[in-house]
Amino acid sequence: MQPFEYHRASSLEDALRQGALEGASYLAGGTTLVDLMRIGVMRPGRLIDLRDVSELHGFDTGGETLRFGALASMAEVADDIVLRQDYPALAESLLLAASAQLRNMATVGGNLLQRTRCLYYRDTRYSACNKRNPGSGCAAQDGVNRQHAVLGGSERCIATMPSDWAVALTAFDAAVEVAGPQGRRTVPIDSFHIPYGEHPEAETALRPGEILTAILVPASRAGRASCYVKVRDRESYAFAVSSAAVALRLEGARVAEARIALGGLSTTPWRAVASETLLRGRTIDEASIREAAARAMDGADPRPGNAFKVELGRRTVEDALLRAMRRAQEGEAA
Amino acid sequence: MRDPSEAETDMSEADHLGTVAPRAAPPGQDNAWPVAMLTLRVNGQTHRLALDTRTTLLDMLRDHLGLTGAKTGCNQGACGACTVLADGKRINACLTLAVAAQGQDIITIEGLAKGDALHPMQQAFVDHDAFQCGYCTPGQIMSAIACIHEGHAGSAEEIREFMSGNLCRCGAYPNIVKAVQDVAGQGDMRFPGKGGV
Ligand SMILES: Cc1cc2nc3c(=O)[nH]c(=O)nc-3n(C[C@H](O)[C@H](O)[C@H](O)COP(=O)(O)OP(=O)(O)OC[C@H]3O[C@@H](n4cnc5c(N)ncnc54)[C@H](O)[C@@H]3O)c2cc1C
Ligand code: SF4
Ligand code: FES
Ligand code: FES
Repeated sequence: MQPFEYHRASSLEDALRQGALEGASYLAGGTTLVDLMRIGVMRPGRLIDLRDVSELHGFDTGGETLRFGALASMAEVADDIVLRQDYPALAESLLLAASAQLRNMATVGGNLLQRTRCLYYRDTRYSACNKRNPGSGCAAQDGVNRQHAVLGGSERCIATMPSDWAVALTAFDAAVEVAGPQGRRTVPIDSFHIPYGEHPEAETALRPGEILTAILVPASRAGRASCYVKVRDRESYAFAVSSAAVALRLEGARVAEARIALGGLSTTPWRAVASETLLRGRTIDEASIREAAARAMDGADPRPGNAFKVELGRRTVEDALLRAMRRAQEGEAA
Repeated sequence: MRDPSEAETDMSEADHLGTVAPRAAPPGQDNAWPVAMLTLRVNGQTHRLALDTRTTLLDMLRDHLGLTGAKTGCNQGACGACTVLADGKRINACLTLAVAAQGQDIITIEGLAKGDALHPMQQAFVDHDAFQCGYCTPGQIMSAIACIHEGHAGSAEEIREFMSGNLCRCGAYPNIVKAVQDVAGQGDMRFPGKGGV
């Protein structure tokens, strides 16, 4: 690990001031940062610890806008009774992520800023990784790419974005609030993670020195009939091979609103727009669900190691839609 | 190894945690790197030590305080062998910087027994034969008491899910689940939260 100075910020202003210094990185739960520093992938010379900045803590799941302070832990948000009832997909995306220990440490803001688990990115013995080493190539294109993306990749990078929470937030049109030297701004979640194109090293819309302060989710009546389905190589404590966050609002038997986002399959959280459009106004049943799921992987560009993900992605969406349909119907009956 | 002169007990709370800037290298080392004067509360005792800012909580416990109960497994947050409590929450000490753990009450496996009397969870692991080599066991036990305290030990299935952050290479899982169920069923387990043991 490269040596670094440590500063525990006392306020947001203090943090922003320190964060503007050369080589600075913000420290939240450290579950991405400390890990990547130890293996030499990240090399900050200065850590600005945000844990004592009180305005970044806390969250509120009532009201017209749900607000999650960036430093709220994944565990405390996942355990929130209101969230579990009114937005099960959001709670489940956190609960099915990492482990109980990591969820106690990790923050909901840091979660959106975690780095890919691409093996070549994490292993500095491989020089060819455009993300870690811009312009060096991409070892995954012809390498071991089973875990890589089939949607949104380019010949420069096909790394998946590993956050489950970001996928669920995408389904609900969340936004990210940031504070910087120039003041505050809000970025819609679907433009927060940047498509790879030419520059896979640029990952998010966060500018140098900016602090992610909160995550905002507009209240949605589709929230109650929502779910997060995560397919993993083992039953628990693993990243998604594929996942889907789905929310439905029915009017009688018809779909008034369908929200579908995919994870584990794409380079950024992925909205399955074609599937949503196909469902809207349709009668909800197994047939319409199958038809919608068939469109979820439109535009997929698989590699030999991950071709199975095209079918897996369809089935994940189908499964999630069926579960959400059952939740919607139970909700109406109740 | 533990240097007894480094650890003093019953020191007052660190007055502030300002910037930790580079200091001169310790004698016998050539490079200068940032050294922090840390104040940490571990198992109810306050320790003050001068450490490289890169030191993790796990390395501090093991190498500087001689508390080798928490184990180093993966060193990547993936196995749970290093599990300790911080203000009553289970965490992975391998991904926690010691400098960032200041101000919290850290409890390790060494802090559980009262004299010769084992904590009920330690006793349950013995009674249910919940280990073979024992390497994962301190982490399992720390995680298990937190699992019950959190209210996530309602069924065998729930225990398996909420204990999934602790791997066991020996595959002692069935008996670990039994030990946790046993203690969960006893009610009002002693739990060291904020404020220490
Ligand atoms: C073994 C393991 C398994 C995991 N499994 C999963 C999983 O299944 N699903 C999943 O979604 N995640 C998983 N994770 C990832 C984990 O959820 C993230 O590491 C965590 O959410 C990151 O949050 P943090 O608070 O620890 O961030 P940190 O590590 O502190 O920071 C991460 C990055 O964000 C920056 N940063 C943090 N907070 C802010 C802020 N407020 N403003 C500006 N910059 C900031 C930091 O500078 C750093 O670059 C796993 C991690 C591990 C180690
Ligand atoms: S997929 Fe992306 S992160 Fe992985 S080696 Fe290629 S450029 Fe690097
Ligand atoms: S050593 Fe910390 S989780 Fe494996
Ligand atoms: S008892 Fe050997 S690793 Fe668990």
